[in-house]
Amino acid sequence: MSTTLLLVQILNGLQLGILLFLVAGGLTLVFGVMDVINLAHGVQYMLGAYLMVTATAATGSFWLGLPLALAAALVLGLVLERLVIRPLYGRDHLEQVLATFGIILFVNEAVKMIWGAAPLSIPMPDALSGSIRLMDGLNYPVYRLALLAAGLGVAAGLYVLVTRTRSGMLLRAGASNAPMVSALGVDITALFAKVFAFGAMLAAFAGAMAGPILSVEPGMGDGLLILAFVVIVIGGIGSIRGAFIAALLVGLIDTLGRSFLTDLLKLVMPASDATQAGPALASMTVYLLMAGVLFFRPRGLFPAPA
Amino acid sequence: MRAALLLSALVAALALAPLAADTYMLSLLARAMIFAIAALSLDFILGGAGLVSFGHAALMGIGAYGVGILMEEGTRDALVAFPVAMAVAALFALATGAISLKTRGVYFIMITLAFGQMAFFVTQSLSAYGGDDGLTLAARSTIAGNRWLKSPLTFHYVTLGLMVASALVCAMILASPFGRVLKAAKDNERRVRALGLDPYPYRLIAYAIAGALAGLSGALLANLTEFVSPAFLSWHRSGELIVMVVAGSMAASALGAGGTGRLGGAVLGALGVILVEEGLSHLTEHWRIIFGPLLVLLVLAGGVRSRRARP
Repeated sequence: MSTTLLLVQILNGLQLGILLFLVAGGLTLVFGVMDVINLAHGVQYMLGAYLMVTATAATGSFWLGLPLALAAALVLGLVLERLVIRPLYGRDHLEQVLATFGIILFVNEAVKMIWGAAPLSIPMPDALSGSIRLMDGLNYPVYRLALLAAGLGVAAGLYVLVTRTRSGMLLRAGASNAPMVSALGVDITALFAKVFAFGAMLAAFAGAMAGPILSVEPGMGDGLLILAFVVIVIGGIGSIRGAFIAALLVGLIDTLGRSFLTDLLKLVMPASDATQAGPALASMTVYLLMAGVLFFRPRGLFPAPA
Repeated sequence: MRAALLLSALVAALALAPLAADTYMLSLLARAMIFAIAALSLDFILGGAGLVSFGHAALMGIGAYGVGILMEEGTRDALVAFPVAMAVAALFALATGAISLKTRGVYFIMITLAFGQMAFFVTQSLSAYGGDDGLTLAARSTIAGNRWLKSPLTFHYVTLGLMVASALVCAMILASPFGRVLKAAKDNERRVRALGLDPYPYRLIAYAIAGALAGLSGALLANLTEFVSPAFLSWHRSGELIVMVVAGSMAASALGAGGTGRLGGAVLGALGVILVEEGLSHLTEHWRIIFGPLLVLLVLAGGVRSRRARP
């Protein structure tokens, strides 16, 4: 394994990590603040990508399409919160799982009916196409670097928002004791609605940004949702910082595992066995990591204060 | 009492069904009863012990693969294959449960999901047994050398018998002192600990028993479809099993026989979900667009009722 290949895979891993963070960030906020398990978060990521397909096609521009798609995702988030999520506050987790599972079935099918079952793609913006030379023999696509930068920017913005602003303060207060915040005169219903819609928009942003490098297809959110759950469980549910670190960790381990594990196994076992076991083990690494973390720290790496 | 009545009524209806059903309907009912066994085993730990497993399809899939792989290797008899399938599923439950049960609540939901995904990826990589494409069985299992399971009617009654047996086993365990510890620990773990009992081994054994029953349902499913594939272990199917248990128990409480852990709901839910899915899929290929909102409505409507019940 050469250094350049390793470097490329590390960058790819960070990219997956950033996408995961954008999805997991909203998931962990909704869970931490509102105590709602939202399985439908993955379809919000998918909707972001599909809205982006339509918005870029309608406007003919990536840059005009992106804000339109995000605005539409925000509105859909508000509608979903009002119709389904709001009645679920304070209900049993099991009922939340059931209702949001129903939403997944509905949205996946609706997407199939509206956009068709075939994979779609989003054209890459001209300014970000092409690749850039990072070092000798290492050309890396500009768009992927931009995705990384945008994700890090959002993460930094989120950090400032949560720790330095009034909304962030309310959010943290709501997470630790919602009834008390409500008693102090804050409209907790409006706060919850904002948090939920904001989380939906973050997921949609991830979907819209991933569109040009992945294929946009029904069910694309399901796999990512599971990984995002792995992330928030490893990070500690309700912790943004934990979600960030765990997302990068999961992204890196998953990507590096898939590219190098088979070769590593060849060092310790016959090549034919390694090519058999490698891919299976690579798909399992993040789940092994999660099981290991939970075994030693049952509430994740950065448990939010109970 | 009403739960027992509900269960007896469902069993009676299923026992009489072959009088009116054609082969297609019989195989649909067999499928429903097989899922009822899996739903029973999930309700046993979910309702009985408060353990929400989101990886139950994996246990079912392991049972199915157990039968499939044994048949591929030349062991066709159900008297060998079924117990082996159940034992392997129970062992998987025991090993993963030992880790999962250290966690609580949402963490437990997620870690069982993770183990389920791991099993899913393992079956995907079994290239000797079809890998991603799955494995077609040469024929159904034999029973002591006889090809009885080939007949839809025999299959129907064998499945029904195993379903009733599973329900009885679950009900007897839940009513035993062992089951009472499980229920007490679900309601108030601290009090159980104060009484000097550690709930961990009780939960682990219950989880393994549920694994064995889920493995049995998987073994039957492999026989019904004469095919196994990684899709048997997908997390969607685990979600469907939770839907069966919870939706069924909600419907059963509407009949006054309900609540999770009362088992009647699990059977009702499995039959209801499979039949509603089939009915809707005849209506439109996009049946999920109706089924999804139905689930949401069921949950929301259930909430209205429980709120009214409290003064």
